[in-house]
Amino acid sequence: MGAYLIRRFLLMILTLFGMSILIFVMLRLVPGNISDILFDAAGMVNPDDKARLEAELGLDQPILVQYATWMKGLLTGDLGYAYVSEKPAIDEILPRIPVTAKLAGLALLFSVLIGVPLGVISAVKQDSVLDYVLRVFSLSGLSLPSFWLGLLILMGFVQYLGWIPIYTDKPETVWQEIGLLSIPALAVGYRASALIMRLTRSSMLEVLRQDYIRTARAKGASTASVNYNHALRNAVLPVITIIGIEAAFLIGGLIVTETVFNIPGVARFLVEAIRWRDYPIVQNLVMFIAIVTVVVNFLVDMAYVVFDPRIRYDD
Amino acid sequence: MATIDHQAELKRAGANIDSSWSRFVYYMRRYPLGAAGAIIAIAFVVIAIFAPVFTSFDPTTTDPRASLAPPGGDHVLGADFMGRDMWARIVYGARISLMVGIGSTLLGSFFGVIIGLLSGYYGGWLDLITQRFIDIMQALPLLVMALLMAASLGPSLTNTIIAISIPIVPHVARVIRSNTLSLREMPYVEAAKAVGMGETKIAFRHILPNTIAPLIVLGTAQLGSAILTEASLSFLGLGVPEPHPSWGRMLSESAAEYVRTAPWLVIFPGIAISLAVFGTNLLGDAVRDILDPRQRS
Repeated sequence: MGAYLIRRFLLMILTLFGMSILIFVMLRLVPGNISDILFDAAGMVNPDDKARLEAELGLDQPILVQYATWMKGLLTGDLGYAYVSEKPAIDEILPRIPVTAKLAGLALLFSVLIGVPLGVISAVKQDSVLDYVLRVFSLSGLSLPSFWLGLLILMGFVQYLGWIPIYTDKPETVWQEIGLLSIPALAVGYRASALIMRLTRSSMLEVLRQDYIRTARAKGASTASVNYNHALRNAVLPVITIIGIEAAFLIGGLIVTETVFNIPGVARFLVEAIRWRDYPIVQNLVMFIAIVTVVVNFLVDMAYVVFDPRIRYDD
Repeated sequence: MATIDHQAELKRAGANIDSSWSRFVYYMRRYPLGAAGAIIAIAFVVIAIFAPVFTSFDPTTTDPRASLAPPGGDHVLGADFMGRDMWARIVYGARISLMVGIGSTLLGSFFGVIIGLLSGYYGGWLDLITQRFIDIMQALPLLVMALLMAASLGPSLTNTIIAISIPIVPHVARVIRSNTLSLREMPYVEAAKAVGMGETKIAFRHILPNTIAPLIVLGTAQLGSAILTEASLSFLGLGVPEPHPSWGRMLSESAAEYVRTAPWLVIFPGIAISLAVFGTNLLGDAVRDILDPRQRS
């Protein structure tokens, strides 16, 4: 177990290191840097001014030096300055994280609360009308763009209630904040719940065919007990894995949903930073997203070992 | 002496498959959801190919007098702020969606197959390096990866296709690699080696054709998500640029302004995206059930 953990951890560090190189190289492929954009917008180009700006931002340094500077900063918590706002990048990113984290947590909660029970029902009632309805429902979740779902929800509010649920920076109570966030969280969580539902269904179907389920039935256990105590407990394991994959999907959904609902989180901020070619923000934010995804996957792997007594990694 | 009438035996077992038509009918009955998906997907392709037949309007011609015209009358589904016909934009938008969807899936699968095949067949350090590289590429969410690519390549139709194909590569490579690993141990591969066939020739002649079924399953599944990613990228203004009529772009932030005044601008492009993706997803599920019996429910 210990050796496996260490190996897995080292692989994670290696992945993140490779990631940092990939992000860095990809951003240098961008045609034009911030000085080009600023000067193009101004309409006139004074080469001296431009050179001064590039020197100030460190863009005239060799690419390896730029990378080393970034890495050093990343390890010491100094992320450089945002080009657009000229504030330290970390001061721009950190305050935006809590909103996104709350939204993601709420969306994940919704997706599990909706996905697991519906998946179980769908499997237990396999090939019934209800099963077909639920399968179409889950497939729709994978097909509706979450930004469109968000727009439709906004439209519904405007049409029937006459107001738009806009996120405010200063909600008065925790409940008000949860209320405001739960609408976008549902829009994002629908897709996630669809994935969880499909996986729970297929995993349940597989477990329900096992011998020990037949044994449980034979010894006279009630249907509910067989379904929940014997089957679901075993079927839910693969569902844990998908939470890792889910983290990646959620971030994609959050990017568009935060844009639709005007939520000042990190996901929307990333799109703005990409438009502005704000390297310090983009590279740090993407790195942050990569770290979150990789760490979540690592934790999910660990959880798997803890929850499934059949998996043991011998040293 | 007893003889076996194969045809009669098959009939008795309920497999009344003797012509391609009855085979078609059989699958339609066996997979009603898949059949519905196939119909939607075919309709989508037909509309994309024969776009001019379905509308007399040009999707890019502006008409100030028709600005924000409601549905009905000349403009069946209304018109946008610049007076462009919605139905025409949706019909021609199918072309863009289809081009980006199929283009990026094919491109991503092509490189994914080559990487997966070589990595699985040759193993060793080549496999080790590609595996680490794939780990890295999968550490980023699909949309973030596509966003980064789209931003670094700049907005154009071709670049959008490339950007969306990149996240597909590791996905396909993984599946093909694991398939290759088991196919490599097959007796016919050993036989080919015994008669002195070259390694590369074995990989492409004997292993590649056997990975086609999982590839088709994966490809149809990826198609829907590729269309969805294009819509998301264009929605964020980093995908297919004007004047191409892209469904995602039609819903971009500016559309949010019309939620109150011109809801048809929001409703119809969304229905188009959802239907197209829904159809390909249904089809993908059925294709998986047919070609991959292990996952059959």
